Amino acid sequence: MIPELGHLALIFALILATAQAAMPLAGSLTGHRPWMTMARPLAYGQFVFVAIAFVALVEAFLTSDFSVLYVAQNSNSLLPGIYKVSAVWGGHEGSLLLWALMMAGWGAAVAAFSRNLPLPVVARVISVMGMVAIGFLLFMLLTSNPFERLFPVPPEGRDLNPLLQDFGLAIHPPMLYMGYVGFSVAFAFAIAALIGGKLDAAWARWSRPWTTVAWVFLTIGIALGSWWAYYELGWGGWWFWDPVENASLMPWLVGTALIHSLAVTEKRAAFKSWTVLLAISAFSLSLLGTFLVRSGVLTSVHAFATDPERGLFILIFLCIVIGGSLALYAWRAPEVSEGGRFDLLSRESALLLNNLLFVAFTVLVLFGTLAPLIYEAFNLGKISVGFPWFNKMFLALAPFLALLLGIGPATRWKSDQPWRLTKLLWLAFALSIGVLVLTSMSAVSGDDLWVPIGIALAAWLLFSHLTIVRDRLKHKQQGWRQAMVADFSGNGRSFYGMVVAHLGVAMFIVGVTMVSNHQIEKDLRMSPGDSHEMAGYRFEFLGAQKVNGPNYRADQGHFLVYRGERQIAELFPEKRSYLGGGMPMTEAAIDAGFFRDVYVSLGEAVGGGDWALRLYYKPYVRWIWLGAALMALGGAIAVSDRRYRTARARSTAPAGAVGAKA
Amino acid sequence: MKARQKRLVLVGLALVGVAGATTLALSALQSNISYFFSPSQVMASEHPTDAVFRVGGLVVKDTLARQEDGLTVHFEVTDNAAVVPVSYTGILPDLFSEGQGVVAKGRIGDDGVFYAEEVLAKHDESYMPPEVADTLQTAHVDGIVEQTTGTEPPRSMTQ
Repeated sequence: MIPELGHLALIFALILATAQAAMPLAGSLTGHRPWMTMARPLAYGQFVFVAIAFVALVEAFLTSDFSVLYVAQNSNSLLPGIYKVSAVWGGHEGSLLLWALMMAGWGAAVAAFSRNLPLPVVARVISVMGMVAIGFLLFMLLTSNPFERLFPVPPEGRDLNPLLQDFGLAIHPPMLYMGYVGFSVAFAFAIAALIGGKLDAAWARWSRPWTTVAWVFLTIGIALGSWWAYYELGWGGWWFWDPVENASLMPWLVGTALIHSLAVTEKRAAFKSWTVLLAISAFSLSLLGTFLVRSGVLTSVHAFATDPERGLFILIFLCIVIGGSLALYAWRAPEVSEGGRFDLLSRESALLLNNLLFVAFTVLVLFGTLAPLIYEAFNLGKISVGFPWFNKMFLALAPFLALLLGIGPATRWKSDQPWRLTKLLWLAFALSIGVLVLTSMSAVSGDDLWVPIGIALAAWLLFSHLTIVRDRLKHKQQGWRQAMVADFSGNGRSFYGMVVAHLGVAMFIVGVTMVSNHQIEKDLRMSPGDSHEMAGYRFEFLGAQKVNGPNYRADQGHFLVYRGERQIAELFPEKRSYLGGGMPMTEAAIDAGFFRDVYVSLGEAVGGGDWALRLYYKPYVRWIWLGAALMALGGAIAVSDRRYRTARARSTAPAGAVGAKA
Repeated sequence: MKARQKRLVLVGLALVGVAGATTLALSALQSNISYFFSPSQVMASEHPTDAVFRVGGLVVKDTLARQEDGLTVHFEVTDNAAVVPVSYTGILPDLFSEGQGVVAKGRIGDDGVFYAEEVLAKHDESYMPPEVADTLQTAHVDGIVEQTTGTEPPRSMTQ
């Protein structure tokens, strides 16, 4: 009964979404006010019905209602409670429902937090979000209904994929989807502005906090995915350049370009057409990512069972969204006036260069991801692009981006003088060169030029941002600490958010550099009592024993890790066999530290109590995710800036806005 | 600097950047792609001898053998038409098992054994890499041709 209610709620949501897509937009074009005011109630209504459907599905999982096909495929009565909830988005149908819920949630949020926006703008934005929602609700109802019944009812479910029975993965998809779907808000604002023909600084200010919030979620989502892959896939990698990973990275790259370009549009009313194009691209790439993941056209280590019919639907949807919005863009964008002028050396130029680098990298990732399809289409054979190629592309662009990142925030809007910048940044630059020389002479470099370069670039980011903060505070009367606190609680949030995010980049660079060049990996066979010495750590294998979990049986290895004579960790890696599907799973044991992880994972029992296993030493690997966390934190701080909370949005950008703000 | 000159400089820089990136990307691509071959194609020696490539199919039942060192495994991969012996040193992915689809990346030794550097893992037991699915499909079609005509089937239909 309840599943049917859920199904019905989805149909109602589709009807409301259709009304939401049509009425407010028609109202805004004809100036019919009552129709425009329908936007908010319709957005709330759609959210309520999708939420009812979602709760119905959660209920089916909690009560283990195996008469529902999707529940039978993805759950099991032995599954622990928390994973019964996360199993809701463990498969295709449920993750679509989660996607639709978030889509409706963002729509309701726009409706609720747009009190200070002109009504026609709100009406158009909510309309566009309604159109996107129609696409997803139709997709679900036509090809992937999560409430489909199964007869005869099986006594037991097939169980959730054991890889997904993990806390990191329970929250990874919601975060990722929040980011993906969040870009639909930026997209909706851009399309609404194109429809209205009014692209101005106010538009950028409205869409900026939404875009940043979406970006924060996407950043967290990707970082969680990477962290999960690291400990749960059992083989210690944190990024594989797999199509599914690239699918989430591309919207992030374009989204990063977008939040920087929005800054220019807000402050200087420039780059308007470009910003709109980025907003369209960010969301289109989110959709493309969904298509790649769901259609199974690409080989991926992350691929789940797929269905070509679904792929076809998304492909058509993708064509409508991209084609429609680009057509609208081509039609409307020429009418958008050029923005403020700027010199070659200015904040605008720096941000433009940032955008070009991000877009270039996105194009490269897109090309590398689609290359197998291109080759196949031209009958050139079945290929896969190895991750060394992606690494090369990353290394070709990232150093320039990092160099620029140290200079950009120090430049002034509109026009800057070379000597002023030189005077400001020479010390930071000299110190970084010092770091470069020192690290290339020390043992850290390990004879690889990339290590000193990476460390020096990170140092450059640190020193230059310290300089920039000092420069901002130097005219303040109080001591620097009070000045900073006053600034932070005043108008400086977006500036400090930027600094924190950029320091996150520095941390990320250190992590990537160290772990890529200094990690040690060893496959070996150990007998109980054996010891192995690696990177100054001694791993002692005490043996393995059988243990039972709630829904699995496992062989559990027992390791002691010594540093010198001191025991620093006791590790229990497991090889699990899940009762539901009989699927084996490696559960790595990790001793995590700020400067290094030591990592043990069990391979196979090879007889006589011996095990084939893998040991890892991973220096600074945490810095990769901590860096991403800092980036996300920076975004969150920036969004809390007072400007976005002022009661009435000013319709024009403050002329000559404070130079140091991002 | 005049606005027009400035725009020219920017456009010029962008063009140089695009050209540079394209050259870099394409030249690097050549050395970093690996082609896929089915066991039938490998038996027909269509594979490269000096480059890394991928081979995929089903793991033949009862062929998985662990060697003395405890880390090296030998197994055979088939597309139901031909068989390629594979050797891999290291730890196999969780979902590797006999009778299941697999993709291995590596090169052929002089002894005709495929030495894998990497064995593809997957997330889901019902997932089949598209190349493997194609391979089996092709071999299946070849098999039907053989049965109906009684002659040697075309070696490969994917070429």
